[in-house]
Amino acid sequence: MLNTHDILETINMIREENLDIRTITMGISLLDCVSEDPDRLCQKIYDKITRRADKLVRVGQGIEKEYGVPIVNKRVSVTPISLVGGDLSPDAYLKIAHTLQHAARELGINFIGGFSALVHKGYTVGARNLISVIPQALAETETVCSSVNVATTKAGINMDAVAQMGHVIKQCAELTADKDSIGAAKLVVFANVPQDNPFMAGAFHGIGEPDSVINVGVSGPGVVASAIKRAGDCDLSELADVIKKTAFKITRVGQLVAKEAADRLGTPFGIVDLSLAPTPAIGDSVAHILEGMGLESCGAHGTTAALAMLNDAVKKGGVMASSHVGGLSGAFIPVSEDAGMIAAVERGALTIEKLEAMTAVCSVGLDMIAIPGDTPDAVISGIIADEISIGVANTKTTAVRLIPAIGKGVGDSVEFGGLLGYAPIIRLNQYSPEKFISRGGRIPAPIHSLKN
Amino acid sequence: MKAVITVTGKDTVGIIADVSAVCAKHGANIREITQNVLDEYFAMIMIATLDGLNIPFADFVDELAALGKSRGLDIHTMHEDIFNTMHHI
Repeated sequence: MLNTHDILETINMIREENLDIRTITMGISLLDCVSEDPDRLCQKIYDKITRRADKLVRVGQGIEKEYGVPIVNKRVSVTPISLVGGDLSPDAYLKIAHTLQHAARELGINFIGGFSALVHKGYTVGARNLISVIPQALAETETVCSSVNVATTKAGINMDAVAQMGHVIKQCAELTADKDSIGAAKLVVFANVPQDNPFMAGAFHGIGEPDSVINVGVSGPGVVASAIKRAGDCDLSELADVIKKTAFKITRVGQLVAKEAADRLGTPFGIVDLSLAPTPAIGDSVAHILEGMGLESCGAHGTTAALAMLNDAVKKGGVMASSHVGGLSGAFIPVSEDAGMIAAVERGALTIEKLEAMTAVCSVGLDMIAIPGDTPDAVISGIIADEISIGVANTKTTAVRLIPAIGKGVGDSVEFGGLLGYAPIIRLNQYSPEKFISRGGRIPAPIHSLKN
Repeated sequence: MKAVITVTGKDTVGIIADVSAVCAKHGANIREITQNVLDEYFAMIMIATLDGLNIPFADFVDELAALGKSRGLDIHTMHEDIFNTMHHI
């Protein structure tokens, strides 16, 4: 039986506190599109994506209307293209990127993920050829997103790939210098990449997944921030309970939408990603949650502890609300997409070192951080190596999405607009890791006994 | 299915009549009304069964929203399952 309080609480979450479903992402396997003829391959890819996801946007809009909850993005993820393209030439890979863009336009979706390669132990010919055209592919398309997994806890870290990705990120930025280097914002470097992540830019459709699947990412930092504010001066045990209860309610909406979307599209339901995904909008910030917990500014000493507690409580509350949980699941801490993070960087409270520490306890990693445009490739690789090693050592997903802002330095900012927001350029350590990075090879997988 | 219709805004004559008229016109059967007026502020929650709805649900939502707009009110119509799911295990 519904009561007035429950109804008003839900409506308030949606209208005032920015509760939304961040994305319905349809994962589509392209393994059955394989062909040695690039034109035929592209045609099969286009046909399969547009056939499978034909109703995606329409169904999303229908659910949005019926349940009154905004569904911000409808997206598609596909099998890592390096597995589909095999030993095709770099030019053929570029053509596939354009095919993905063409399919995304036809469907009316804003991003398509999966221009990806998995190279944690080494390169295949396909992975090498795909990675070589990532900068050009991201510069020539708007909707295509790319990711490269360079490490896993079981395989260790492919440092040749880490070194290369420093260079690739820089090239992505250079080729889109006239658009505030936005190419780099569509590329993620991962450790322990999840195979069912619905969030861009890192989404792809993993190899153990069904032919197609519906994954949903929820959001709701504003709802958690308001609940913490209402809780007043309680102790942290009580605060953790408040966060858990709120995460439960947010995730239940995600579960409902995921089930509905899966039923209406005749596609299996995959997972709900339990996330606190911020946007640049006021009242939709993870940093403001941390500040609501009692920090003067995000980045202050104590931030890592607060974030660890928040992340854990979100998972505990969310797990019970959904039948299947997966993806990245946790609080995201992108800089450019979070008004509180932007402000913390601008006031000098939040540094890249603190962000790195925070990524040890939360979901994902160094995300949407603008760095000076003249940063040497080896320094970018050094940042990647540090971040990836946190993921490998802690058996968790970590990732790096950096934007070298070409022609700009500390004190400037980059503006992407929309959900990608804007970012002040962050100061980096000036000492060089070049010798270490240029050694190449692999950092062996870590031992998981003798834990200290 | 049931829908929850919430109406908020400045109190004027005939709000319930107008909302009910749209419901009646399209075959929505009103099961429950909770209504409050604080000072000049009007707030109503209406629960209606839509089994006999004679237009698509999305159009019903739009028509009520348009009515709200024309009268300076906020009218939201949502499937009851979102409330049930969120608040009941």
